[in-house]
Amino acid sequence: MSVLEVRGVTVGLGGRTVLRDIDLTLDLGDLTGLIGPNGAGKTTLLRSILGLVRVASGRVLVDGRPVRPRRSTVGYVPQRHEFAWDFPISVENAVMTGRTGRIGLLRRPGVEDWRAVAAALERVGMTDLARRPVGELSGGQRQRVLVARALALQPRVLLLDEPFTGLDLPTQELLTGLFQELAGEDKAVLMTTHDLLGALDTCTRIALLNRTIVADAPPSELLDPEPWMRAFGVGESSPLLKILKVM
Amino acid sequence: MSISEFLADLTNPDLAFLPKALLIAVMSSVVCGVVGCYVVLRGMAFIGDAVAHAVFPGLAVAFVLQGSLVVGGAVAGVVTAVLVAVFSQNRRIKEDSVIGVFYVASFALGVVIISQAPGYAGSLQQFLFGSITGVPDEDLYTAAVTGLLLLAAVLLLHQQFVTVSLDRELARAVGLRVFWLDIALYVLVTVAIVISVRTIGNILVLALLVTPAATARLLTDRLGVMMLLAPAIGGSGAVVGLYLSWSYDLPVGGSIVLVLAGVFLAAWTFAPRHGLLARRWRRGGLEENPAPAGAV
Repeated sequence: MSVLEVRGVTVGLGGRTVLRDIDLTLDLGDLTGLIGPNGAGKTTLLRSILGLVRVASGRVLVDGRPVRPRRSTVGYVPQRHEFAWDFPISVENAVMTGRTGRIGLLRRPGVEDWRAVAAALERVGMTDLARRPVGELSGGQRQRVLVARALALQPRVLLLDEPFTGLDLPTQELLTGLFQELAGEDKAVLMTTHDLLGALDTCTRIALLNRTIVADAPPSELLDPEPWMRAFGVGESSPLLKILKVM
Repeated sequence: MSISEFLADLTNPDLAFLPKALLIAVMSSVVCGVVGCYVVLRGMAFIGDAVAHAVFPGLAVAFVLQGSLVVGGAVAGVVTAVLVAVFSQNRRIKEDSVIGVFYVASFALGVVIISQAPGYAGSLQQFLFGSITGVPDEDLYTAAVTGLLLLAAVLLLHQQFVTVSLDRELARAVGLRVFWLDIALYVLVTVAIVISVRTIGNILVLALLVTPAATARLLTDRLGVMMLLAPAIGGSGAVVGLYLSWSYDLPVGGSIVLVLAGVFLAAWTFAPRHGLLARRWRRGGLEENPAPAGAV
């Protein structure tokens, strides 16, 4: 069942068309890898799904309704460097900031909010570190905090921006397991990644993006090099395409 | 001068300005200490400095027209802060450059205005370096009421400020109005500075905002503790500074700021976890027990 629909979305930034006529549908249970070269518009696509950039034309629907930042339950995990890790705050309070929009102006977190935070921390396996200052966490733990912060809103759609950047392989593997489980729990997960091999191996769907969606299919149907050559602008002899032969 | 003599002077009706000065210095330090926590954590010290300059034309106009300094300074500071927030939306020019343009221009306007007033040099010095004499009662009330309102605003907006300070991108995604929260924070910083500027002075007020909060940051990893510690440090620094100033006939703003700087240096050296000695000691300990390879 589709929970997120992007229909004919075109986005211009500073007079340039950054995204053109994007169609993308996310189904519950899908773990979709959004793959493309640098500057392909991956982060912009995530931001337009969230309603953070003005869409020149087209529509984004969550559960059949237009997105609105405060109302819609789209969980967002921005890149790790966006977060001020030197801030003196505990893990649980950092996760609580995911609910600030819902808590609303001039109010403080209530019982329901703390319950949601506890459940989110439990889900990512960080309950034991709930009171630890965020600055003391490892890279993988930090990524878990950001995922928990998104889960604190109990979203059905989860958007992850480069969750593996700067993490070692065992940590990437653990996080991939977590993302697969989340997709299995009645969520649609969309993540941008540079790890092509990992995405082909673990995602249920791959969307190739370069200003527009070049291809969108399960990995097993994307073994033809042609769409990859178009998305990345490379020739037939590119080492990139050797990955496809491995699969 | 002994402490008991200082206390006697404080209660001496002939020296009625002294307890008033103490009260306003302590209130300023407490308010600046709380707001300063956001300033320090967001790396906004330059903005604090800029706001301190920006309130100057308002003070000058109020002085020339014999109006309320608090109101004049607040209007000038808020107008400039809003101008900066608006002009910073143009990403071609970075925010610090916009601040550099507007706040110094604002300060320059203040200098020009006050030069038109009689007794120009004396009043200029009073504005720049602060003075404890001649605090009118109404300024005391204004400062008290404004200070309380400001602390209430901090309490109500705290969750939002923390969310924006941690991660602006997520704050937008969960529907916070980041632009308006920035303006609100600028306004709070401006108000804290305006109620402090008279005693401490235009140039030195930045220390009240930054030093206690930076000291508190060295002493704790908990934001709640930091926001209690900073005003406590600021308030105590104001009392000790005023005592030293009164005893040795030193300028009050300078004395308070030097006391606070001394406390900061002490914390920088001796703080239990983040101090110089603690870090040295820990490094020594680590060499004996090297971390296992591949630890994350």
